[in-house]
Formats: sequence, structure tokens, C-alpha cells
Amino acid sequence: MKFSIYRYNPETDKKPYMQEFDLEVPEGSDMMLLDAMLLLKDQDATLSFRRSCREGVCGSDGMSINGKNGLACITPLSSLKAPIVVRPLPGLPVVRDLVVDMTQFYKQYEKIKPYLITNDEPPAKERLQSPEERAKLDGLYECILCACCSTSCPSFWWNPDKFVGPSGLLQAYRFLIDSRDTETDERLADLDDAYSVFRCRGIMNCVDVCPKGLNPTQAIGHIRSMLLKRGV
Amino acid sequence: MVATVTSLGRSGLHDWIIQRLSAVIMLAYTLYLTYFVISTGDVTAAAWQALFATTFMKVFSLLALGSIVMHAWIGLWIVSTDYMPKLAIRMIFQAFVIIMCLALMIWGIQILWSI
Ligand code: SF4
Ligand code: SF4
Ligand code: FES
Repeated sequence: MKFSIYRYNPETDKKPYMQEFDLEVPEGSDMMLLDAMLLLKDQDATLSFRRSCREGVCGSDGMSINGKNGLACITPLSSLKAPIVVRPLPGLPVVRDLVVDMTQFYKQYEKIKPYLITNDEPPAKERLQSPEERAKLDGLYECILCACCSTSCPSFWWNPDKFVGPSGLLQAYRFLIDSRDTETDERLADLDDAYSVFRCRGIMNCVDVCPKGLNPTQAIGHIRSMLLKRGV
Repeated sequence: MVATVTSLGRSGLHDWIIQRLSAVIMLAYTLYLTYFVISTGDVTAAAWQALFATTFMKVFSLLALGSIVMHAWIGLWIVSTDYMPKLAIRMIFQAFVIIMCLALMIWGIQILWSI
């Protein structure tokens, strides 16, 4: 099977280039792309990429696979057309090969205050939620921060410092509807500018790529309704 | 919270609402004009003049003009902040758009006034 993989070492290379690889893959193999890439790394030890859990949980190995962002560890080779073209996540600075600098992505995550803020008296034991209140967090809390969505979003490419991006907004909504959080209004006030939420143009690239099957566009719609309710 | 100076509205929500409302007004105006042209059959200069002489049409036209101008300002402002990373180019473009919008508004009022 043929592979074409993006290579770039800013210290020695003037510009990025694509390196061709060839790998013997047994007929009917259920190998994942990450397994194949580890074998390619045996061929050329300088090939760099991130990975950890190898089962779609840690979010380390987000990359552009045949033009679509995804996790290499849960993408079966059998689902891909050869030659398999692998590039780093688009829009973020490349540190080396498929390793990107995620600072801007994390900064947006930090901005939405991804933790519970409670200003009321702490209860004796724990803050309880009804099963219904808890159910509202489903489809939100599962995000593994792989950045596949935000780096597939044109609005995030153009304004990564100002537009929170699908991943950050999904998390923003996760805390906005948490029954235990008391800062809903302050959180909304922080989002009500021309960029943070409203740069979303609803193209749904984010929904298309999310390896966890989450729906940031829907969460963004909910935030917009909350802003509308608060402001009108 | 991202601060902006050259945007039309005070907040993202403000811009968003203006954008939708102005679109509705422009659609209504277009439909009304289309209806007028179709139902009149022979649109003479006199018929056209009579249409715009009514207070209703003057107010409606002003509303539509204001909508076009606000819609364009917000839309082009967004386009410029997406696709013009160079500050100087973005500033010149935004200044041009804002001046054009204001000029169009004044010109339109002037025309409606004179009918
Ligand atoms: S729906 Fe919004 S957040 Fe998702 S990719 Fe499109 S513009 Fe980006
Ligand atoms: S929403 Fe999905 S694609 Fe985006 S960071 Fe979370 S898990 Fe990854
Ligand atoms: S290696 Fe952990 S998600 Fe792929």
C-alpha cells in the first residue's frame, strides 16, 4: 500500500515536502492507520507524530487523512483509498512533520473557563444533579480535545486568536447548561462579541469530522439562543 | 470577549439580529416592488413617480435603504476581518465601505426627499 506523508523539519528543511512510503499490508487486514504509521516509522525513524492511547481516547493523533481530519488510531486502512495522503492538522503551526503547535487551540479552551464555577454555599456532601439535569451533558462531555473539528473550520483558520472554535464552544455550552454552575450570565457576557461565537457560519465541517460523533454546530446554536434570550 | 471598534453593532448578537432583520426588510421590499411592476403592466414614469410619492413608499424605501446599508456594513466588515489579515489594507477597505454606506444613505434620502 502506498503512502504519501507530509514531512517538515523547520531546523533543516527550507520547506515542507511529501515523502512516499510503501508498506506490505496483508489481504483482509484490519490494521488501523496508526499501526501502519508505526511500521513506517521503522522504515524511517525520523518520521514524527503524536500518539498515546491508540484507541481513540486521548486525542493525540489527530491528522488530516486523505484530506479529512481524523484520529489515525481508529481509522481502518481498509476504509482508505491508496495512496493514503497524511498531513498535519490544517491551520496550526507545524512543529515537525505531523506534530502541530496546539497553543492557540488550548488558549481558546482556557478562555471559556472549562471548570465549574459555583458561588453559592458549598453543600455538606456533594452538589447533586437530577438524572434529567445530568442528561443534558451527554454529547458534550465526551469531547477529547483532539482539535479535528477546530482545525477543519475555516472561521478558526482565519481568526484562531478570536473565534473560540467548535471544540471550545462545545465545552462552553457544556458548562453553560450545567445545573450546578452559577456563572451562566458572566459566561454568556464573555461570548457576546462579534467573533467568539458569531464567527460560526454553520458550515458543519466540525460535525463532519468529529471522531467522537459530537455535534458542535448544535451546541453553538444553543449558545446563540441563550444569548438571544439574554439580550432581547 | 473580543473588543471591536469598526463593527456596526455593539455586540455579536446585535450585528446578528440586524443582519437577519435587514434581510427580511429587503426581501419584503423586493417582493413589493416586483408585485407593483407585475400588477401595473405598463410601468410609465408617471406611475413610478406616483408610487414613490406616497408617504408609505417613502418610509418603506428609506427602511429598505437603511437595511441595505447596514447589511452591507456588517457583511463586508466580516469579510474584511476574515480575509484581510494586513492591517493597512483592512483599514482602508473598512473606511471605504463605511464612507460608501453613509454616502449612499445621504444620497438616498436626498432623492426620496425630492419626489
Ligand atoms: S459549523 Fe461553525 S464551528 Fe463548525 S466548522 Fe462550521 S463555522 Fe466552524
Ligand atoms: S468536538 Fe470532537 S473533533 Fe472537536 S475536539 Fe472534541 S472530540 Fe475532537
Ligand atoms: S492515539 Fe489516543 S486518540 Fe489516537
